[in-house]
Order: sequence, then structure tokens, then C-alpha cells
Amino acid sequence: MVTIRHPRTALAATAALLPVLLALAAPLLAPADPDAGHLADRLLDPGAPGHPLGTDGQGRDLLSRLLWAARPSLTAGLLPVAVAALAGALIGITAALTGRATEQALLRTLDVLYAFPGVLLAIAVATLLTPGLGATVLALSVVLTPAVARVAFTETRRIRTAEYLEAATVSGATRTTLVLRQVLPVVAPVVLVYASSLVGLAIVYAAGLSFLGLGVPPPTPEWGAMLDELRPALFTHPWLAALPALVILAVSVAFNALGETLRGRLGEGTEAPR
Amino acid sequence: MTALLRLDAVSKSYAHRPAVTDVTLEVHPGESVALVGESGSGKSTLARLALGLVRPDAGSVTFEGRDPSRLRARADRAVRARLQFVPQHPRGSLNPALRSGEAVAFALRAHRVPRREHADRIAELFRQVGLAPELARRFPRELSGGQLQRVAVARALATGPALVVCDEPTSALDRDTQERLLDLLVELRERTGTAYLFVSHDLAAVARFAHRTLVLRTGRVVEQGRTEHLWTAPAHPYTRALLDASGPHVALRLPERSTERSTEPNDKTEEPT
Repeated sequence: MVTIRHPRTALAATAALLPVLLALAAPLLAPADPDAGHLADRLLDPGAPGHPLGTDGQGRDLLSRLLWAARPSLTAGLLPVAVAALAGALIGITAALTGRATEQALLRTLDVLYAFPGVLLAIAVATLLTPGLGATVLALSVVLTPAVARVAFTETRRIRTAEYLEAATVSGATRTTLVLRQVLPVVAPVVLVYASSLVGLAIVYAAGLSFLGLGVPPPTPEWGAMLDELRPALFTHPWLAALPALVILAVSVAFNALGETLRGRLGEGTEAPR
Repeated sequence: MTALLRLDAVSKSYAHRPAVTDVTLEVHPGESVALVGESGSGKSTLARLALGLVRPDAGSVTFEGRDPSRLRARADRAVRARLQFVPQHPRGSLNPALRSGEAVAFALRAHRVPRREHADRIAELFRQVGLAPELARRFPRELSGGQLQRVAVARALATGPALVVCDEPTSALDRDTQERLLDLLVELRERTGTAYLFVSHDLAAVARFAHRTLVLRTGRVVEQGRTEHLWTAPAHPYTRALLDASGPHVALRLPERSTERSTEPNDKTEEPT
């Protein structure tokens, strides 16, 4: 019998992986063309024949749109986090291991970005670009990078004077080897765990940008844009209007849970037993 | 004989507080020199100066005629290989994210040992320090303090060093484990002829291990000489106080030849303050 050593992590990972799999399988699972609508079928409640989750204001199948919307929505949630993890780790490690002048220059630049509320900064960056998935990804990458860089900086700073780094230095390793083989294995898990907890936030921010018309342009389905499209039906068909919001909530919670369980696992792994 | 390591009138301050003042010491090939003193006496700063991890504010440090703090990773690889380090804390001496064998492999890789030879060399080094080669697959959190220090010794020996700087290698270990690690260091010294700069506040360990000892107080050498002479005829009150504080077991640890009280004067004694 197969035993699962970390059931909570496995559950959270499955919950986070599920929307990704659904997004990949959208062409197979979607019962209808997500962009094709019949005005006669507009705003059908969930459970209507041929439309398990109902239809939107233009009579388009909501289940199909939610499935297809997972692609840009998850891209807008995962890609900026990946970019921020890489850029943030690079900036944070560089700041912690170089001289005081570089450290201060990098940290103060991050502070300037930190001074803006995240949503406001995302909107400011997105308005400078042509609306679309690229603009969303870039805007969110700018918003998320300072936070990741701070985490990477703090962790690298913590281990900078560690004896194993001194021993590695004495071993005659080059600076690059030292970073790649000694610093990164310690800092990367911390950055990854933190970054995984940002996926939920990025999805919500991306939905927010689409809601404001700064994200993926219509008619491409995207969870935030769908929320905006269904807003007029909020009081007449609350269940329909709530569906994209519930999906955003569920996916955000799943990725946050994954981040939390990974954080727990990391703590368990680095404690000094015996 | 030409000194392997020479610290010549070195001084080092941190935030305007002197850690080491005007210290001169030499370590010759195959010799074990101990630095003793209470916490804050400058022992570890001297070890770091010797390793080139910090630069002196005044004076000079040379290892085989070169300043270790200016050795370049690539160009001076051969010199670097001959100066190695065993840190103080078992839990801090190995990277927690890497398996213990990878710590040794890192040193081998830094000195261009072909990758295909790594597994054999690691197994051989582990056996040399009394560890089962299978332990190379374990993470530091899966090893005991004594095992971790043995891995640190294996890493230090990986490049065939002429001098190993040990910064209180036994201080975080229980008495039995200390004994076994000291046995190992003595055995390795006999077998490989490696010189040691041995930092410790454990006078029993020093009595057993070091040929010569420097007694440090507030960053200055107050007395130095052959260990058995210092231990049997300490000239400085501070050395006597250290020996008194360490208890009678220190004298008992001295080798047979040194239990008789020596009449030979110590190399240097600073006037008691």
C-alpha cells in the first residue's frame, strides 16, 4: 500500500495542481465554445439544460468560459511570481553579498517601490502599457519583485557569516560557485515557499486589472474580466455573478495553502534535531 | 625551518575595539600550535586572520609566503588547497541544504578533482575520519555533533592541506565525543604530517594535542612556549589562573614526558599586569 508521508502537503499540492490541469484540459472538458453565445439563452441559472453552470449576459456557457479563463488567469498568477522569484532572488542575494554601496542602492530602490500600495503600483505600470496578458504579467512582476528580494536578502544576510560559507571560501571556491552551490540551495527553498504564497495574491491582482479593463481584453475569457461582465447581474442572478469570484477565491486559497504547508515543511527540515 | 604560517605583529579592531593587538606567531610544518584564552581574548580573530577571512589593520599574515586574504580562487588554487579550516559549531559547519558528502565534494570540485573520482575519494575520506561512507548521503540534520565534526575534518583533509586551522572544534561536543575527535586529529597528524593551528579554551584538549601554546588575554599574547612547559611551570598569573580554573584533569592529560616539572624557561612571558 502506498503511504503518503505528508498528507497535508499532498492535499494542498493536489488542490493547486487541479486548476492547472483543468486549464490544460479546457479544450477537452469545455462543453461549448467559450465565445459563442445566444442572446435567447442569456443569464440562465446553474443547472440549465446544456449549461451546467448557467450562462452570462451574452448567453455564453459559463463553465466553458471559466475553464478557458483558467489559462490567462493562471498565467497572470504564476508567470509574474516566477519572474519575481528569479529577479527577487538575484537582487536580494546580490545586495546581501556585495559591498555596502550596492546593497544600499538596491535596497533603497526596493523601498521606493514598496512605498506604493501594490494594487496602485500594478495599475500605474499597467496603464503605461497596451492592455493584455503581457502588461498584466509585467505589472505584477514589478509589484511582487521587491517583496521576494527582501526575503532573499534577509535569508542571504542570515547565512552570510555562516561557518560553512567561511569553510567554502577557504576551500578556494569562486564567488559564482559559492553563490550557486552554497547560497542558492539554502535561499531558494525559502524564496520558493514565499513565492508560492504570492500566487493567490497575483491571481487576485490580475483579476483586478482585468476588472478595470487593464488586463486581458474581451472577448477572451479571464476570471477578473468575467467578474466585471457579470457585475450588472449581481442582484438579479447572484449565483452567476458569484461564480468567477468563487473560482478566484478557491484557487487563491489552494495556492496559499500550498505555500503554508511548504513553509511548515521547510521549518521542519531546518530545525536542529537530536 | 621556514614557517608555514607567519603572523607578524598583527592587530585587528572591530568597531574601534581592539580584538587582537601586536601578535606574532609562527606555525612550522607538522607542528601543532594552540591558541588559548577565555572568550573575547582574540583567538577566533587570529584564526580568521590566519585563514585570510579578515585582513589585519596592522602587521602582516603570510602562508607559504603569500597573503591568504589576497589569494585568488582560480589562480592560487594550489596554495588555497594547502590551507584548510575546521569550524567551531557542528551544526553550523555544514550547509544544511546539502548532503554531507556534497560538502566534501565541494572542496574536491574547487580543486578540480575529476567528478568521476569524487565518490571514491569521499568514501576514502569518510573512512579515514572513522565514518561509514554511507553517511555521505545523509543531511547534516541526520548526523550527530561528533559525526558532523568528522565530516568537517574530512572536508578539510580533502585537498591534502599543509595546515588546518581548527576553531574550537571540540567545544560544542560532549566529553566522550571530544575524546574521540581528538584521538582522530592526533592520529591524522601522525599519519599525514599536517600542521594545525588549534584554537581552544579547553586546556585538557590543548595539553594533549598542541606542541606549542600561546596564551591570549584581551587580544595580546601574555605567555607562549612548549605546551608541557606552560602547563607545568606557568610564569604568568593569567596562565596559572586558566590552569587553576580548568581543574586537575588538565595536568593529567599531559603526555608522559612532560609530567616532570620543566626547568626550561618559556619562550616569551609578558610582564603581569
